[in-house]
Amino acid sequence: MFPKGTKRKFSDSGEEPAVSGDEPAPAAAPSAAVRALTSAYSLQRQSLLDMSLIKLQLCHMLVEPNLCRSVLIANTVRQIQEEMTQDGTWQIMTQALAAAQCPTDRLVATEVLCRQTDAAAQAGQSPKPFSVVGLEEGYHAEEVVMEGDVETEVTMSTLSPVSPQLSSASYLAGTFGMGPCWEEDEDDDGECEEDEEEDSEECVSEGEEGDRDHLSADSRTGEQVFGTFEIKHPAPPPDPALEELFSDVDPSYYDLDTVLTGMQSAPKMGPYDLLESLSSHGPTALSSSSSCRSDLNELDHIMEIIVGS
Amino acid sequence: MTKKSHTVNVPDLVSGIHSVFCPFSADIISTVEFNYSGDLLATGDKGGRVVIFQHEQESKNRPQLRGEYNVYSTFQSHEPEFDYLKSLEIEEKINKIRWLPQQNAAHFLLSTNDKTIKLWKISERDKRAEGYNLKDEDGRLRDPFRITSLRVPVLMPMDLMVEASPRRIFANAHTYHINSISVNSDHETYLSADDLRINLWHLEITDRSFNIVDIKPANMEELTEVITAAECHPLQCNVFVYSSSKGTIRLCDMRAAALCDRHSKFFEEPEDPSSRSFFSEIISSISDVKFSHSGRYMMTRDYLSVKVWDLNMENRPVETYQVHEYLRSKLCSLYENDCIFDKFECCWNGSDSAIMTGSYNNFFRMFDRNTRRDITLEASRESSKPRATLKPRKVSTGGKRKKDEISVDSLDFNKKILHTAWHPKDNVIAVAATNNLYIFQDKIN
Repeated sequence: MFPKGTKRKFSDSGEEPAVSGDEPAPAAAPSAAVRALTSAYSLQRQSLLDMSLIKLQLCHMLVEPNLCRSVLIANTVRQIQEEMTQDGTWQIMTQALAAAQCPTDRLVATEVLCRQTDAAAQAGQSPKPFSVVGLEEGYHAEEVVMEGDVETEVTMSTLSPVSPQLSSASYLAGTFGMGPCWEEDEDDDGECEEDEEEDSEECVSEGEEGDRDHLSADSRTGEQVFGTFEIKHPAPPPDPALEELFSDVDPSYYDLDTVLTGMQSAPKMGPYDLLESLSSHGPTALSSSSSCRSDLNELDHIMEIIVGS
Repeated sequence: MTKKSHTVNVPDLVSGIHSVFCPFSADIISTVEFNYSGDLLATGDKGGRVVIFQHEQESKNRPQLRGEYNVYSTFQSHEPEFDYLKSLEIEEKINKIRWLPQQNAAHFLLSTNDKTIKLWKISERDKRAEGYNLKDEDGRLRDPFRITSLRVPVLMPMDLMVEASPRRIFANAHTYHINSISVNSDHETYLSADDLRINLWHLEITDRSFNIVDIKPANMEELTEVITAAECHPLQCNVFVYSSSKGTIRLCDMRAAALCDRHSKFFEEPEDPSSRSFFSEIISSISDVKFSHSGRYMMTRDYLSVKVWDLNMENRPVETYQVHEYLRSKLCSLYENDCIFDKFECCWNGSDSAIMTGSYNNFFRMFDRNTRRDITLEASRESSKPRATLKPRKVSTGGKRKKDEISVDSLDFNKKILHTAWHPKDNVIAVAATNNLYIFQDKIN
């Protein structure tokens, strides 16, 4: 039920940023917050957050995902975020990750999840609530016009459908990032093309523009946000949101076995596993398996730093 | 009514003689519904099929038994479809079946999958015409020049044939997945509800429907609540209710406005702050809402309980029944394996004195509203031989497990009873356990 083999080093890592001072913890990071980081409750909360994020990522896209379930999970994530913000753990995590070296290559898709929170965190505010943007993903036909008989016309405001043949990338990213793009603009003239093969990189609507402004200019483009679950080539500054997402992953929670054997049942997977399964699905959006492996090593390295071993 | 050795003497019924019908080997039953007379029982399954059972007359040899239910008709209601625009499959699984009141010899029902509702006519044919002039008995055309005399065709009896034909197809009105359909008391209209919208249809008109509820936010990023169930009031054709994923019920009056986004009544029980957890919202999500036959009450099912509401009191339910409270400490595991999202249904008996709902391990629960007693029974082949009496079951929650009790950890969460139905007049119930249908009835003395 709860992460197995919760190791103490995770709790140590919670204290180190405050103690070692490599990143001056803000005065507002009281020992209470640090305690919160280390308590069983926060570990449970963390694992719940991990689980929820994975559930959202693993929407099976052959059939449209269950909207009710997605909304409930998203609300749960939002609730956890808010609570973590209130007791300061969110800030601490963000800063701890900022202190750590981040890899030049990283998983991009999950950054979409935190793009709003990242922006807010950088601004020093509480993260915006997690939004269920991606839920719209499956529901493209915003305007259904019923005319005549059963053979009705369906006018759609657009958007790249997620093809089930596209094994990996776009649909995983799509579960998060598609929101504004799918925005229910009945006035839209279909700015996005339907393109089975393209992973949504071109699908940037006006709604998305607004959101881009919120993002730190250097960290990502709409393309990255909405697009591909792929290993990016070096992007300049560290991405706190991304790092913070990895901090969510307590390596002890996931067996090495599961990491190496690919897709297991949902709760046992971490980003590592998703990566594995993607690479096994074929080359579509991934650069190469070998780069995945090296990235895994990078990630391991990062995790080592974070957990301070 | 025989009392068995168990002391719980609840709902007067289901001391259970039963018959087991139709192992639907491949397909999971997804909906069960009696018609208005209780004579017919319809089931829908994951493969898009509808199977209708008919109540046979009591046999003279066994007067203490009610008649059995036998297969009356089987047809393929929905086929899997592929939405080419979205590159997504549309499942053929039948989400709901609702009967229309019978007006002539034929029977009509509505069946729906995620996107399309169909009106089916089920009719019997037990006679055929013989003695045509222009064709002979084989159907071959006769040469007109060979006909020397005329005859009048006569109707001859034939083996009963039950035919199902689709009479109306109500399509393309729902962007999201249809979760409910409900026939109005005017018998002319019905509503269909998906995650974000509710439409009102006329049974004769398939090319348009009225949208009466729309909770889709302008910005989908702000979506935090969806519609989970909807039902028309059994007596007042202008009233309907819909439930949400946040545990609220809204009652709407269609006379008030064309778009019923503003509710007339809002039912919500204040949350108990002491039991708050990260799962509070999820377990408060209402999976089913049913009006009582009287129209005075409604019942809602959330993950752990069933609540009866008086329509005149919005701030709390009048009755709350715990279905499986022992699961409260297991919510994290149930979240992990997705069981926390299971949508259980609930139903009233004909007199509104008892209610029933399903649980895990093929258990189902019945509550007598008058005596406040409850009983847990199991629908499985092992525990119920034909015409045997059902034995009450108990889940042990404490440390000590008594004999015959089952511990919470050994419950099988894959065996869930989501769909149950109660005969509108008699003490006969239908329980769907994955791909098996069980019909239980009480003994008559």
